[in-house]
Amino acid sequence: MTVETPLIGYSNAEVVDAGLSGIRVGVVTFPGTLDDRDALRAVRIAGGTGVQLWHGDHDLKDVDAVIIPGGFSYGDYLRAGAISRFAPLMEQITAAASGGSLPVLGICNGFQVLTEAHLLPGSMVKNNHLHFLCKDQRLKVENSTTAWTSAYADGSEIVVPLKNQDGQFVADERTLDELEGEGRVVFRYVGGNPNGSRRDIAGITNEHGNVVGLMPHPEHAVEAGFGPDSSASGEVETRGGVDGLGIFTSVLQKLVNK
Amino acid sequence: MTTETTSKKFNIDTVEHAEQTPEQPLPWAELGLKENEYQRVVEILGRRPTAAELAMYSVMWSEHCSYKSSKVHLRQFGDKVTEAMKEHLLVGIGENAGVVDIGDGWAVTFKVESHNHPSFVEPYQGAATGVGGIVRDIISMGARPVAVMDPLRFGAIDHPDTARLVHGIVSGIGGYGNSLGLPNIGGEVVFDSVYQGNPLVNALAVGVLRHEDIRLANASGVGNRVVLFGARTGGDGIGGASVLASESFDSSKPSKRPAVQVGDPFAEKVLIECCLELFKASVVEGIQDLGAAGISCATSELASNGDGGMHVELTDVLLRDPSLTPGEILMSESQERMMAVVTPENAAAFEAIMDKWNVEYSWLGEVTDTGRLIIEWDGEKIVDVDPRTVAHEGPVYERPYSRPEWLDGVQADSFKGDRPADGEQLKAAALELMSSPNMCSKDWITNQYDRYVQGNTALAMPDDAGVVRVDEETGLGVALSTDANGRYSYLNPYDGARLALAEAYRNVATSGAKPMAVTDCLNFGSPEDPEVMWQFAESVRGLADACQELGVPVTGGNVSLYNQTGGVAIHPTPVVGVLGVFDDVARRTPSGWREDGQAIYLLGTTQNELDGSEWANLRGHLGGQPPALDLDAEKTLAAILVNSSRDGMIDAAHDLSEGGLIAALSEAALRFGVGARIAIDELCERDGLDAFTVLFSESQARAVVAVPRSEEVRFNDMCTARNFPRIRIGVVDAESESLDVQGHFTLPLAELKEAHEATLPKHFA
Repeated sequence: MTVETPLIGYSNAEVVDAGLSGIRVGVVTFPGTLDDRDALRAVRIAGGTGVQLWHGDHDLKDVDAVIIPGGFSYGDYLRAGAISRFAPLMEQITAAASGGSLPVLGICNGFQVLTEAHLLPGSMVKNNHLHFLCKDQRLKVENSTTAWTSAYADGSEIVVPLKNQDGQFVADERTLDELEGEGRVVFRYVGGNPNGSRRDIAGITNEHGNVVGLMPHPEHAVEAGFGPDSSASGEVETRGGVDGLGIFTSVLQKLVNK
Repeated sequence: MTTETTSKKFNIDTVEHAEQTPEQPLPWAELGLKENEYQRVVEILGRRPTAAELAMYSVMWSEHCSYKSSKVHLRQFGDKVTEAMKEHLLVGIGENAGVVDIGDGWAVTFKVESHNHPSFVEPYQGAATGVGGIVRDIISMGARPVAVMDPLRFGAIDHPDTARLVHGIVSGIGGYGNSLGLPNIGGEVVFDSVYQGNPLVNALAVGVLRHEDIRLANASGVGNRVVLFGARTGGDGIGGASVLASESFDSSKPSKRPAVQVGDPFAEKVLIECCLELFKASVVEGIQDLGAAGISCATSELASNGDGGMHVELTDVLLRDPSLTPGEILMSESQERMMAVVTPENAAAFEAIMDKWNVEYSWLGEVTDTGRLIIEWDGEKIVDVDPRTVAHEGPVYERPYSRPEWLDGVQADSFKGDRPADGEQLKAAALELMSSPNMCSKDWITNQYDRYVQGNTALAMPDDAGVVRVDEETGLGVALSTDANGRYSYLNPYDGARLALAEAYRNVATSGAKPMAVTDCLNFGSPEDPEVMWQFAESVRGLADACQELGVPVTGGNVSLYNQTGGVAIHPTPVVGVLGVFDDVARRTPSGWREDGQAIYLLGTTQNELDGSEWANLRGHLGGQPPALDLDAEKTLAAILVNSSRDGMIDAAHDLSEGGLIAALSEAALRFGVGARIAIDELCERDGLDAFTVLFSESQARAVVAVPRSEEVRFNDMCTARNFPRIRIGVVDAESESLDVQGHFTLPLAELKEAHEATLPKHFA
């Protein structure tokens, strides 16, 4: 069952690459999900085809990759992501992703869901300053070999919006050492740690590199005019930052070349 | 009789019982009714009201719901609307929110409301449910909410109670709004000791819909079913509209906390999506949100706007607290609830959508043509009223008003305080101004709000207006700004309201949008004080006149009275929101410059107008007359700004308002951290003023703009053609990293930025 037809129409104006547009990327909506339409837009701008997925369904609709977007699923009243992990669709996603095949990206609340579902280690707790924080955040791409980061060079930097209340990544020292040792830290905060995350970690991957979770929002830095005011690659127009687009083109390129 | 039924039935006061016991005393005074009002209820019914009827009348006839003191004045908003102003108005005043045609089949609905009293008593929940309430108004019109804004006013920044309110209110707005997925795109934050015991928490929401999707709050179609859905009804917010929002605070009375509602943003987010799906499937005939006065309001308004009758079984209401009495159920202001009218044929489709979203619902009754609103409790009639007498025919007061005697003295007391003269003093004054509570950066607050969600935000704070895209294919979009200046209104309420409108109008035009329509939230003290009532009457007259002159209609809004503690009222604070339209938001103008070498122009002229200014405020002075207003000049300025944006003649624009030219230059430089070289001597000479006055005066109808070199001739020609004064006052200097007011002082941007940004964290972080 599809979720809705948005009142705000999606543009079909871009010239789409026939190969890329054949790639179907599912975006899951839970009750309380907020950035689902934004993730669908990002997939479309990157050239792929976005597919709406409903948490209560048992059908992945033959998608080639899945994005679990941001929001406050089930209000995050218990613990962010704690209830969503039990959604019927999550069983399908977990089964398809844990073997290393289905690319899965968890953004913000989606990252929290992935840790609750044990697809990724660690957990997110309340920001160390105890406030919701919305800012344009500089990140360093530490691993460009994952399904979602191949468009970037190792060590390159990007600016994408960060917006959350429970964004402090925590894990025990052994897990952190493991993540570092295996090169599974994908994104690190640069220019100041915004929330107390251990070792400035903003995003991580699983051992296969197909599942990536990050707290900042790349889907809000994909369209000039509606992104951050800055980019790590130099001057941009007002709200012209599109550094997040590479996340979405990465997975499409990987899948089209498969 | 079993204990179960006794506890369920209480000693219910049926209509029959009321007829038999005319002498039974009722707690009408405790519920906020005046004696003459109670007598009027008895007269309407021809008997004493039942407890449930009394509950309904008391909330619906409260100041908050009935506008009984303000109605006679508010009529002007309708009376002064010309046919031309109605051209783009699809729905005007009187519905949940006004609806404006923005072209291409799109419409926008927007409204600002107050949640002042609850936010003082319980800041987090008060502010949170303020957002929730206004968002439900927008959904009720059939629209998808797309953004919110929050004009806030607190007491003195260093008062011991201010931190409690700032923390609670800001996190309440963020906690609720962020969880709904609505970008927060602007608002205001003002600190002034007059708001110490009465902070103002106003909330604006804007929604988008197609013309054909407009929904209205009426119950039509005899036999159609009435359903309540969303959260269960609990004991929160009982008497919120009557005893809390419609009385002044008084330390001798018990705490009002139980009258504050408690919000659940997750339930509201689900309700939004669920309602949009209902609209899309066309399964509701009429819809009304439950806000102030809860079921009393929803049933009586739906019935009186429709076929005139409704029959409801109140025992079918799903409860969080089974001990609630019928009267409490009718008055409860539990959040996240909606009432809809559904045809019997669509009932199954309605239920399927509810089930999909796991939203609880209960069928309460049906639409009738009896002209009566009948409410039963377990089959016994407890309410039998003409719904119009509850919803629309409440008392109307022509409250006495009189111009305060102290006003002449205040208006004669012009600012004579210190006027810095040399460069060092001017620099210190600029830093003092830009770090002051009202002029400092509000990032510490606005960074707690999500401005990105939905991916359509083209501008947000600290730019002049918030801008969101409506149509992704064409770029069609809207701009919104809210403004008020309580000090101006205190000095001259008629002009103050006009100035508030002028500033919001100017802000919208500065962003590049064509101003189209107005919403207002009129925050005042007690209407029972003739001086306050005069301020109110003058403000409404001023706003209605100015709307007519500018050609922008008021589409809806809210009145908040009794914002006073003891005998001390707040400054009259008419918050005005203006909506503007863009053909394409890609051409919106940001408030800061960034391109090296662009020419900086000042549009408009400056007079010696420091009365009521931020500078006078910093010197502890409030007297004289607010700045003079020339609405023709505002119109021309707006036309220049909109055309320049459309034709690519300017790359940045920032309006001049509080803090004058120095504030505008500082903010424009700090927006992207790009400096400028400014020369004001020619300007001083042209306007016959000294440097201090030119920099700190708050004369209206002015803006600074950055013009690319290639566009200077065209830009000047346009100003000449429109006979509008402008003067080149400098150039953007990307290398200097300072704001250099040549011959007077140089402000390094790092120093200015630190002073500007440190104030709120120092007090609240």
